[in-house]
Amino acid sequence: MPVNDTSTATVATNGREIMYREALNEALREEMSRDPAVFCIGVGIGDRGGSYRVTVGLLEQFGRKRVIDTPISEASFTGVGVGAAITGMRPVVEILFIDFSMLALDQIINQAAKYRFMTAGEGRVPMVLRTQGGAGGALAAQHSQSLEAIYYHIPGLKVVMPSTPYDAKGLLKAAIRDDGPVIFLEHKLLYMTKGPVPQQEYLVELGEAEVKRSGNDVTLIAWSNMVLRSLSAAEKLAEEGIDVEVIDLRTLVPLDANTVLESVRKTEHVVIVQEAVRRGGVASDIASMIQQEAFDYLDAPIKICAGKNTPIPFNLRLEAACVPQEQDIIQAVKNALRHQQRRVPPP
Amino acid sequence: MDSKQFLSELYRQLYTIRVFETRCIKLYRQGLIRGYFHPYLGEEAIAVGVCAALEKRDYIISTHRGHGHCIAWGAELKRMVAELLGKETGYCGGRGGSMHIAQIDSGNLGANGIVGAGIPIGVGAALGSSIRGDDQVTAVFFSDGAANNGVFPEAMNLAAIWDLPVILVLENNHYAVTTPIEQVCRTRDLCERSKGYGVESFTLDGNDVLEVYERTKAAAEQCRQGKGPVLMECKTYRQMGHHVNDPGTYMPKDRLEYYLAKDPVKIGRKYLAEKGDATEEEIARVESDVETLLEEAVQFAKDSNEPDLQKFLEEVGSCQ
Ligand SMILES: Cc1ncc(C[n+]2csc(CCOP(=O)(O)OP(=O)(O)O)c2C)c(N)n1
Ligand SMILES: [Mg+2]
Repeated sequence: MPVNDTSTATVATNGREIMYREALNEALREEMSRDPAVFCIGVGIGDRGGSYRVTVGLLEQFGRKRVIDTPISEASFTGVGVGAAITGMRPVVEILFIDFSMLALDQIINQAAKYRFMTAGEGRVPMVLRTQGGAGGALAAQHSQSLEAIYYHIPGLKVVMPSTPYDAKGLLKAAIRDDGPVIFLEHKLLYMTKGPVPQQEYLVELGEAEVKRSGNDVTLIAWSNMVLRSLSAAEKLAEEGIDVEVIDLRTLVPLDANTVLESVRKTEHVVIVQEAVRRGGVASDIASMIQQEAFDYLDAPIKICAGKNTPIPFNLRLEAACVPQEQDIIQAVKNALRHQQRRVPPP
Repeated sequence: MDSKQFLSELYRQLYTIRVFETRCIKLYRQGLIRGYFHPYLGEEAIAVGVCAALEKRDYIISTHRGHGHCIAWGAELKRMVAELLGKETGYCGGRGGSMHIAQIDSGNLGANGIVGAGIPIGVGAALGSSIRGDDQVTAVFFSDGAANNGVFPEAMNLAAIWDLPVILVLENNHYAVTTPIEQVCRTRDLCERSKGYGVESFTLDGNDVLEVYERTKAAAEQCRQGKGPVLMECKTYRQMGHHVNDPGTYMPKDRLEYYLAKDPVKIGRKYLAEKGDATEEEIARVESDVETLLEEAVQFAKDSNEPDLQKFLEEVGSCQ
């Protein structure tokens, strides 16, 4: 029996460490073995094993009927996923870069996201769309975007953004079992990162954030690769006596507001870290939720440390300047805390 | 057309693309070039033949495998290398990189990171020419993989119903990354697809620069008479993997060897020697001139400044 688990602590890992991409691979293998309705479809996922090696070995194990290499026809193979899903299959559609998922927006936004609603709850689209985003490695403007806000904005879609191998595996398994549709967003810089993953089967439920580091002075909220950067910023800040709590949202939709608010009430200071451009981002929406629900607890304005409002440039120095770096996060935390000292005392 | 000067010019272009790619792959391996790099090695005759057959006022639009198109259209090598190195002096000021080099003022509408995206954009350029009544032709480069994206039939149909002056140059190198075209297409010749859209099409030897040149010349003429569009399927092959880091081990040896024997640069050299009556010394001079120019370009790029961070941040503005 799988353990319905939400914290790393409950399932013993026995020292086993694997890469994020291997964890995703295990999730796919396990779910495909468990349920014959699950299949994978996308460009270069079979013979090639995926650009980021996530689907390596699946073709050998499950054959061409369930590990399907497609032509470069994103709009249609995503639509094919929707059609298979509403008729009883559980497709895992892979689009190599989130940037290319823009070609499939009709099928995702107008079709998959609305089907259940439009059929008065009768229809189901148990489809997972796996893709990856983020800047890193000079891939330039059309291969580096963080576009989660587009999907976050659309009612009817769930949005998952794991930061660790453990979460990646548990969340992908849960996403495949979910009645969906689920947009599962990986990060290109995470595939080679390692972390503890138990041998024993487990799930990570959608909609549960995790406190990745507890602290009392300030709440740092992040997701995907920014969690790693926030954790290392928190370590540096600890050396200066600043005690940071880092919350990994893990899923943006559904959003675990309780975990966030509980932390905010404790620390009374909030910094939200987002790789995506600042304008119209998820961070702004979370900030508005916090000020509405916990305004009286806040000791300082909520700080958002986000990407610059620009396409990502090719040059590596420019690229780095566009997305929050550890130093930017450290500065944002200090600014959030400093606000208090600057405040004019009430008359 | 068989004049020595013309053949020498074609060969100079072929050779330039060849050594540009070879030299830049070295720079990549030294870590000086980052990101994606899709070499045009083995496909040089298509860019050179097509661009030579067009006029300065015309347009081209390119792909992720775009260095050859840029060079054949007349890009400056030093600004090309500088862009690959992400320098301020590059065509995009270091902001674009290999996949986004464009030279808009000269009519090169740019490379593209999105497979197939250039096809409708090129058709749009031709629509503009048609509305303005300018006597311009647009050549749209794309490969077999892009021919399987919905934008190809849609854009081809638009070009057809509006009789647009577009040459659809399908560079069939038989692969989309590791996917052989046979695996994702039931017919042998992709150009057959145009029949259902009422668009004239044909296949040709994409490794033969003169054949590409002549067929393009005729297609361009047809377009200028309002009888466009035309789809040309140029059969060719990559001489290595999809990008610099892909060893291409999945490419069958015999097929690769067949195409290596039909090397477009060697064919161009042979034309210059035989049809152009050029001596070995004359050809060697063309080659050494190209090599000198390229070394200067590499030096220029290395010596150039990184883009100014402060200036960039001012452009972007701040909203934190
Ligand atoms: C819309 C889209 N899907 C997928 C990719 C990833 N990708 C980059 S190049 C490529 C293969 C393109 O093949 P083809 O069109 O034949 O061009 P070639 O590389 O052979 O020149 C793929 C799949 C992309 N860039 N854009
Ligand atoms: Mg191809």
